[in-house]
Amino acid sequence: MNWNINDFYIIIVGVLCAMACALPGAFLLLRRMSMMGDALSHAVLPGLAVAFLISGSRASSTMFIGAAVAGVFTALFTQWIVRFGKVERSAAMGVVFTTLFAIGLLIIEKGANQVDLDARCVLYGALEYTPLELVQLFETSDYLVQIPKAAVVVGATFLLNGLLVALFFKEFTLSSFDPNLAQTQGFHPQVIHYLLMVMVATTTVAAFEAVGSIIVIAMLIVPPSTAFLLAHRLGPFLFLSLLFAALAAILGHLASQSITLFFGLPETSSSGMMATMAGLLFLFVWLFGPSGLARDQKAKLLRSDDPPALL
Amino acid sequence: MIDGLIDTLLLKPYNTRIVVLGVMMLGAASGLIGSFLLLRKQSLLGDALSHATLPGLGLAFAAMSSLGIDGQYLPGLLLGAATTGVLGILFVLAIGRTTKLKDDAAMGIVLSVFFGIGIVILRLIQNIPGQTSAGLESFIYGKTASMITSDFVLIAITLSFCLFVTFLARKELVLLCFDPSLAATQGWPVLFLDLLLMALVATVTVVGLQAVGLILIIAFLIIPATAARFWTNNLRHLLWLATFIGAVSGWLGASLSAVFANFPAGAVIVIAAASFFLISMLFGKARGVIPRFLRQRDLRRKVGRQHLLRSTYEILEKSQKERPLKNLSISLHLLQQHRFWGKGELAKLIRQARIEDHLERQPSGELRLSESGFGEASRITRNHRLWEMYLIKHADIAPSHVDRDADLVEHLLGAEIVHQLEAELALTQATIESPHDIQAETTPS
Repeated sequence: MNWNINDFYIIIVGVLCAMACALPGAFLLLRRMSMMGDALSHAVLPGLAVAFLISGSRASSTMFIGAAVAGVFTALFTQWIVRFGKVERSAAMGVVFTTLFAIGLLIIEKGANQVDLDARCVLYGALEYTPLELVQLFETSDYLVQIPKAAVVVGATFLLNGLLVALFFKEFTLSSFDPNLAQTQGFHPQVIHYLLMVMVATTTVAAFEAVGSIIVIAMLIVPPSTAFLLAHRLGPFLFLSLLFAALAAILGHLASQSITLFFGLPETSSSGMMATMAGLLFLFVWLFGPSGLARDQKAKLLRSDDPPALL
Repeated sequence: MIDGLIDTLLLKPYNTRIVVLGVMMLGAASGLIGSFLLLRKQSLLGDALSHATLPGLGLAFAAMSSLGIDGQYLPGLLLGAATTGVLGILFVLAIGRTTKLKDDAAMGIVLSVFFGIGIVILRLIQNIPGQTSAGLESFIYGKTASMITSDFVLIAITLSFCLFVTFLARKELVLLCFDPSLAATQGWPVLFLDLLLMALVATVTVVGLQAVGLILIIAFLIIPATAARFWTNNLRHLLWLATFIGAVSGWLGASLSAVFANFPAGAVIVIAAASFFLISMLFGKARGVIPRFLRQRDLRRKVGRQHLLRSTYEILEKSQKERPLKNLSISLHLLQQHRFWGKGELAKLIRQARIEDHLERQPSGELRLSESGFGEASRITRNHRLWEMYLIKHADIAPSHVDRDADLVEHLLGAEIVHQLEAELALTQATIESPHDIQAETTPS
């Protein structure tokens, strides 16, 4: 393969984006809300449409605000339906995101018909095009260092997420595992829940815009799931999530530029391949991990807390 | 325009009849199947499945192209989509059964990874010479308004199939939804039943996907069932109601979008279904927000009334030595001291009791039970003590602790249980003395 600076840029953006998503994704997994990323990818549409109608431009800042607001509303509506309607969470999520998407379609069709605000421009960002828009990082006497604008966006998101998790580590942990205990200890699990939802909404929207939806949805779920099979404590779980996310992004881009060429086929989509690689990593751990399917079932039972099950 | 809408709703114009009927039947089929998914807490399975069809579409296209037939040949695409869709579902089941990951994570993994693979494949096949893969993705985004007779027939067959299987295996599927472990111990083939349900889901999703699109089929699988759940706790009713709501939202939505042609059909149908959801969530008889609020308010009032009457009765008992008890007036101050009432709560309870004619205010400002209030108070106190005696005798709870426990249950004692308690304890006299000392709960200030 022809390695050039663009591949480097794409990997940088991919890795930062993957890690930015994996962090909130890990907490979503613990709360059994893994489908939130997919729900948000559809539900932000009315936010984009309204932002466009109000501002009349497709500038990314207004779009971002619109989508983020829609994302927060998605989380809010879901939470209300769960609390007041006593509906199971994933069903509530399904009701909310399909309805919001439909409303978004209606607004676009009626209000923004003449403009190219396609429903699918939300679903497919373009990781491959990120090297086209560079910003200058700093300049030395010999050369100037540039990175893609998308890298700044997802990098900042990653840092912000990392900072939030570090600051509220105790609160996040307790309210993920035992919201009732958290309540009695005065930690306000509801507030933490909404904080997490805002974090997920802004992260996904920022990343959708920078690199497209599929890699975001995949990185929210798959690396944390892989880590979940291996880790037994929260710290290692978060660390492994980040590690698998970064690994999937790097391998994904390399694979997209090389594997298909072996079969005489053209290069393929990097973001699609990153999702695929995340899936392959999961498959590997699922089969060959310490308690994987390919391991001896008896040895597994011996190590488990339930030796009598052997009998 | 109104005439046009009514005509369309009555299926008069030929060209919209197929679309409206088709969407209606699809709504019915997905409402039915969606109910099982809702109970199984797998509502988003349709979501995962529909995304998992993308690689199948691409592969089918590539395979047909390499065989020299038209890459867009519909039955071939359907077969490909169904294949990877089912494969995706099998992965969801396998992950759920062999790891500690929950269903939602399994669905998310399958959805995103399969969709990613699909994008990889689509990118690869867009350069196959002599064939155009353009519009392949639009397969999963649907095209409701142009539903043709073959789609219609396919949907009709799907609906009949779903109804038939549900008719044959309702009991088994219900057991699977509520208690798979019990089903397994009873010797039912749980895995087979699971697969059967998944096959139904896959059929509805793949057929619906190319007829009406991704979002609408996901919405159809979730919204009617969730809406129906607010109205009933009976499973048979739930199934019928979800089928009905699915059909009606399809019928209404498709008719509306046929008349207002410049609205996207799928979106109008989803919003029609969502309106049913909103109405059901607010007003649904069994679990709706407003009926539940009213029921809770009634219960709170009942509990408050019973506490007030019993307290009054106990105060009367304490102040008199001789029996039968005389109905005298008592001061508000005594009542306030007898039990821990919240701020303003006692005043509210007394107001309520006066409206219900249980309590009357004397000219002196003191309170006195009315005729009916006195009878009610003595009955409530007696029930309370019956339950206390029962707990002391059979649950071995110390007499000094029994008051609190009885407090929780006494409000639910019906006439039949009271009879059973009387028989059990061999107590039939009209009044029963308290098995423990009665003290004021708040310390007198």
